[in-house]
Amino acid sequence: MGSSRSGRAAIIIGSLVATAILTWAIFVAFADSANTPQTTFIPASVQAALVRDAYMIIFILAGVVFFAIMAVTLIFTLLYRERPGQTALQFHGNSKLEVVWTLIPVIIVVIMAVPTFSAISETSKAPPADALKVVAIGHQWWFEFQYPELGLTTANELHVPVGRAVSVTLESKDVIHSFWVPQLSGKVDMMPGHRNHLWFTPTQARPEPYLAQCAEFCGISHANMRFRVFVRPAADFDAWTKSTAADRTAPTTDIAKAGEAQFAASGCVGCHTVKGNAAAAGTVGPNLTHFGSRTTLGSGVVDSNPQNIRKWLANPQNVKPGALMPNLNLSQDALDKLVPYLEGLK
Amino acid sequence: MATAVGALAHTEEHSGLWSWLTTVDHKKIGALYGITGFLFFLLGGAEAVAIRTQLAVPNGTVVDAARFNELFTMHALTMIFLAIMPMGAAFFNYFIPLQIGARDVAFPRLNALSYWVFLSGAVILTSSFFLGGAPDGGWFAYVPLTGKQYSPGTGLDFYVVGLMVLGLSSLLASLNFAVTIINMRAPGMTLMRMPVYMWIALVVAFLLILSLPVLTVGLIQLLFDRKFGTNFFTPGSGGDPILWQHIFWIFGHPEVYVLILPAMGIVSEVLPVMSRKPLFGYSAIVFASASIGVLGFGVWAHHMFTTGLGTVPQVVFSASTMAIGVPTGIKIFNWLGTMYGGNIRFVTATYFAVAFIATFTIGGISGVMHASPSVDAQHQDSYFVVAHLHYVLFGGAIMGIFSGIFYWFPKMTGRLLDEATGKLTFWLMFVGLNLTFFPMHFLGLAGMPRRIYTYDAGLGWETWNFVATIGAYTIAASVLVFVVNFLMTMRKPRTAPDNPWDGATLEWATSSPPPEHDFDVIPPVHDRDPLWYMRDHNIAMPAPPEHQHIHMPPPSYFPLIMGLGVAMMAIGVLSTFAITALGIVVVIYSTWGWVLEPTD
Ligand code: HEC
Ligand SMILES: [Cu+2]
Ligand SMILES: [Cu+2]
Repeated sequence: MGSSRSGRAAIIIGSLVATAILTWAIFVAFADSANTPQTTFIPASVQAALVRDAYMIIFILAGVVFFAIMAVTLIFTLLYRERPGQTALQFHGNSKLEVVWTLIPVIIVVIMAVPTFSAISETSKAPPADALKVVAIGHQWWFEFQYPELGLTTANELHVPVGRAVSVTLESKDVIHSFWVPQLSGKVDMMPGHRNHLWFTPTQARPEPYLAQCAEFCGISHANMRFRVFVRPAADFDAWTKSTAADRTAPTTDIAKAGEAQFAASGCVGCHTVKGNAAAAGTVGPNLTHFGSRTTLGSGVVDSNPQNIRKWLANPQNVKPGALMPNLNLSQDALDKLVPYLEGLK
Repeated sequence: MATAVGALAHTEEHSGLWSWLTTVDHKKIGALYGITGFLFFLLGGAEAVAIRTQLAVPNGTVVDAARFNELFTMHALTMIFLAIMPMGAAFFNYFIPLQIGARDVAFPRLNALSYWVFLSGAVILTSSFFLGGAPDGGWFAYVPLTGKQYSPGTGLDFYVVGLMVLGLSSLLASLNFAVTIINMRAPGMTLMRMPVYMWIALVVAFLLILSLPVLTVGLIQLLFDRKFGTNFFTPGSGGDPILWQHIFWIFGHPEVYVLILPAMGIVSEVLPVMSRKPLFGYSAIVFASASIGVLGFGVWAHHMFTTGLGTVPQVVFSASTMAIGVPTGIKIFNWLGTMYGGNIRFVTATYFAVAFIATFTIGGISGVMHASPSVDAQHQDSYFVVAHLHYVLFGGAIMGIFSGIFYWFPKMTGRLLDEATGKLTFWLMFVGLNLTFFPMHFLGLAGMPRRIYTYDAGLGWETWNFVATIGAYTIAASVLVFVVNFLMTMRKPRTAPDNPWDGATLEWATSSPPPEHDFDVIPPVHDRDPLWYMRDHNIAMPAPPEHQHIHMPPPSYFPLIMGLGVAMMAIGVLSTFAITALGIVVVIYSTWGWVLEPTD
């Protein structure tokens, strides 16, 4: 069939249609996976949108090249399969064609380079002077967030106002981690001994957090090193900063008071800070001043609720392999006191 | 003593264990590399299957976090250093002399030594699983995580020592190959008449010669940091972890081409032969390969776009990375040009070669995509990169190697692998690889980082992870079918013709399998495709002279002893330095014997 003219036309058209269907199916799958909670493709900040625009152009180019090469490979495979009576043309090459197909990839990469370099120049500008300053510090295996101008420190949950630039200084206490909030910002590593920077201007406030996860392999619980970013209207954010900068809610009930005593007795105070409790000034572990208002525990491995807090305290490594909080072999009685105390730290 | 050494060295035997231990025949050494590499390919595959089984569903419990980190680290190290590189070296060993019309490599005993050193390195690295835990810091072993403070166990020491030994082996082999190709070509085989595969062997040899010393320096520094408390990479004490990344990737990027170029070379042999027409754009492919070799040294920091490089380096390395896409694109077009107008014989080797064009192209496209630092900020360390590198290394390197296995098997063994089973292998592998690796693009886009042993439900990652796991099992099935094919074929009589595919290059001018001295007469070379030229001009192969004595180097056990000495030096670093000292003595002894050994 390949030898006849109509046979060749059928092969070519058939291959083009098959490749087009394949490309389209892949496109649908891409679009589908773009619409997921930790997507890299639905930007919610000015900078992420810029990157996405460059990304789009590059994606479309990639799709065109994919379609072209796959279609030609398929067509040649079907057209030039060995057949009785068919002989191979004998030639060694064609200089004109070589020039043409040297130029094709050159043109493609030039088209790629333009939006890329403009996105780089845009994102590498200094952040505006009124940007909210945050210091993000990577620890094995959790994130610390300091707001130096507001005098507050929290962990694993970053709160930022919508519409205002956020300038993040990245540091690490131990090994290399990477700060990556797919919808808000591409990743930049937290390098020990270096201070890296990134900034982004969130454009969409919403009640659900933006999900984020450490992106540089950092040891046994790398997979469990997650965090959340809450983008809030300015007023909500201000309210949050006020309550978070404040001291812990002093324990009022007997059980909470007993909890605070236990917190000191069990040695928690050596590793954790609870502002307002002068004894608790440790900085090895996350700041727990307002632990009760956080939604997760252990940098996002589990939801924060009484059962999980209890499980955590009973044996942190059980919840999160390798966690650097030791198993303190707490008694049931100690747990009974500590859980409500921690919950009450709003 | 010299005479005693000489007397011992003449233990001539042609089969049996001793002949393999003392062989200096490039074909036997090639076979050793091939078998060893393939066994490690099975091991690396088993590690991959364990990884995919763990990730099949959210919160998998098949292996724990610590084991998982060992598995993905060892999977990469095994596949790169113990499977793909040696399988590439197997073909180089076997076919460099045959394709250039020589009787052996330039330094046959050195060739044997590189195999024994490779085997020592491979065994040392793998034994870590049973000796206190395998390396678990990823194959690029970023400090400070891999420093003593954060990795106090011995796993990383095995990494450092294993890679140093393996690097030595590759360095010896590369020097040998480069000298052989430059000096030992048959009369008439000018550089521009060499098979493309030989060009690629030469480029790969130079890539390794230039990049391995850099890695070795880095490994020694890491070893000193770990063993003797130096501070090359320790932040806060004047060292810098970024330095390790630069050193590693100045080796690491050329290494990528070390892995993929041999496959490109195989495809450049298979496609013209099966299409029954000359390779399209020979010089373009040669220059493209050479320029990939050169540019390959100028792109390393694209692995470091997210480390806070700064704007200028980002732009420069982005531009150089995009530039290296151009010669790669040229090659793809030329392979398609080779198919154009052909009368293509579709045997299993052809299936793999044509599929290589498609799957390697996918890896090439995604590679150019994250040449853009902005895009890379989203792709880096996500499953998108995992998809990319597997399309290059599986869709590229492994598909090319399988094409080479089916293509050259009759030459190497005198037997043709079964075609029907071969095609079953192909289809299972082709479908399996796309099922496994294409969904990883979607996972990366959905924000899944690489190297995580667990993930939660609800992130939209469940479906594609499950599909990828099914794909991994499909690949495993394809490899199993191949193993059966191999074992069945090896029991059949040697009936393969000398030139079953009407190949154009010199290896097809000798018997299948070739005699120990490769060629009774070195064939004359009039053209780039010498056998086709002789066929088309009715030139008969010159008859061998009636009484000819071909002198071949005698077997020697000194390479094996020296290999053991190197292994002892390495083992000493992992245990007690006394063994290292003993190893040095063994190396000196074997050097002495080696030098004084009579060569006829
Ligand atoms: C040796 C230091 C150390 C001690 C002592 C210690 N912790 Fe921790 N704690 C940590 C570290 C480190 C983490 C972070 C673990 C992680 O997420 O990987 C942590 C995490 C926590 C968390 C979860 C915080 C969050 O936001 O995810 C709670 C709650 C907590 N500790 C409570 C306690 C209590 C109560 C005690 C005393 C019984 C205690 N810790 C004792 C080091 C310590
Ligand atoms: Cu991490
Ligand atoms: Cu690279």
